[in-house]
Amino acid sequence: MHPAFSVIFFTVASGAGFGLFSLLFITDVFKLGGGFSREQLVIGGIVAMALIVFGLLSSTFHLANPKNAWRAVSRFRTSWLSREGVFAIVFMPLALVYLASIWFEAPAWLRDTVGFMTAVLAWVTVFSTGMIYACLKTIRQWNTPLVPANYLALGYASGSLLLLAGAVLAGLQTLPFIAMAALIVSIAAVLKAIYYFWIRSPGLTPTMNTATGLTRAKLKLLDTGHTHGTFLTQEFGFQLAREKASLLKVVVFGLGFAVPGLMLVWVFNEQGGQGAAIVAALAGIAGAAVERWLFFAEARHVVNLYHGAQRC
Amino acid sequence: MRLGLVIDLDVCVGCHACAIACKEWNASGTIGPLSDYQPYGAEPSGVWFNRIRHFEMDEYPNNKTINFPMSCMHCEDADCVTVCPTGASYKRAEDGIVLIDQNKCMGCNYCSWACPYGARELDRSSGTMKKCTLCIDRIYDEKLPVEERQPSCVLTCPAHARMFGDFDDPDSAVSRVVRERGGYPLMPELNYNPTNTYLPPRRKPVIEIETKPKGGLKESIKQFANRLVRR
Repeated sequence: MHPAFSVIFFTVASGAGFGLFSLLFITDVFKLGGGFSREQLVIGGIVAMALIVFGLLSSTFHLANPKNAWRAVSRFRTSWLSREGVFAIVFMPLALVYLASIWFEAPAWLRDTVGFMTAVLAWVTVFSTGMIYACLKTIRQWNTPLVPANYLALGYASGSLLLLAGAVLAGLQTLPFIAMAALIVSIAAVLKAIYYFWIRSPGLTPTMNTATGLTRAKLKLLDTGHTHGTFLTQEFGFQLAREKASLLKVVVFGLGFAVPGLMLVWVFNEQGGQGAAIVAALAGIAGAAVERWLFFAEARHVVNLYHGAQRC
Repeated sequence: MRLGLVIDLDVCVGCHACAIACKEWNASGTIGPLSDYQPYGAEPSGVWFNRIRHFEMDEYPNNKTINFPMSCMHCEDADCVTVCPTGASYKRAEDGIVLIDQNKCMGCNYCSWACPYGARELDRSSGTMKKCTLCIDRIYDEKLPVEERQPSCVLTCPAHARMFGDFDDPDSAVSRVVRERGGYPLMPELNYNPTNTYLPPRRKPVIEIETKPKGGLKESIKQFANRLVRR
């Protein structure tokens, strides 16, 4: 699959934003590390919402006809893309109410109820983003429950690292933030490892024979029937060399999980805590971006069976 | 009604006439124009609803070339319709034809990702997705003579490798030929239940190929004599 930069930016930025917002609520409820002040919570919330809004805006850049983008919420009952849009839109006013209830010091029950609903909606939205890809039967590398799991894990891992950076900058007690980030980043790393293990073998997928129904003998493509690339080859023909994918997987684990992990230890030992926390957040997000690029680049669409691939 | 095509792989000669006729008709049809990029340049490309690929089945001496035309399958369980977030993609209840409302499409490519058959192509000029309409503006045009109310590709096919009809009617020509010739859908394992059906190439007697003359002294002498005598 062709990796579109706008979609990569969208899924990474809004994933991190939704993750940060949910974890901010948990921090607020349990007063982790002594608890953020009113202003700090609101600033954190605004940073998260900015990430989400810029992500959503970026996603419209990959539309060929963005003037109809407003219609994208009209098929909530069948389309995960529509659901993702609706949940993201419903999230916004709820998140604003939550931030307002923090700012104006609303009663705790109201603040906690709205905060909980916002956090759940953030989770549902990231889940829907993952399901956009996971529901496609045409791409085996995507058609697995591990995809929404990975989207959630990476979004929350990026969010937890951003939250840690915020906590260090705000001068809170860092231990609970380090523990939370370490736990979520490890879960994300493990889920990603399972995903890479899972897609290694093709499993039961269509082959050139079932794609043409000519199952009585081996088949090979003689001619694609077009003189130059088409929409189909541009969109689905992107094939990544195996050794490059392996290298990028090392980058994903190094940049996305190992560097943040080391930085967490650094912050724990108080050796230049602020810098290390910022490096951890940036490395985590950069790793997620590489992961997302590879997620697209490695996906092989079954239409390639009509362009010479023996199996997908 | 469940309208669709039957394509006879035994008969198709791979002339691409159906693709040309399709392009010609639909470029000015309900969903057109169909853009071409660099039509006379070094890298000609463009939007087509119908593409013909060529495969070779088995190995010499049993090999056979299969010409393989493909357009929209008008699936019963069309994922391209369910994934569409704007409602631009829809399947008509009355005849099962899958269409795209050009005024609603936002060009997100999602439907093309969901289609395993490569039936949908983005038109970069209009920014909208385009696909086979089964020539909806021909088959319902009452100004045309009845025998011409068929998709362009079917009308033009010089080998008569294509048939158009109603698969819900068990007595229609398409239903009958599918029954008799063992017609099959493509990629049934994905459960899209495509309407378009393909007829398999018939088995032909294998032509014996002799790589060496039959042995024997008489044959060797004949061969030797043939080489000596110049005709």
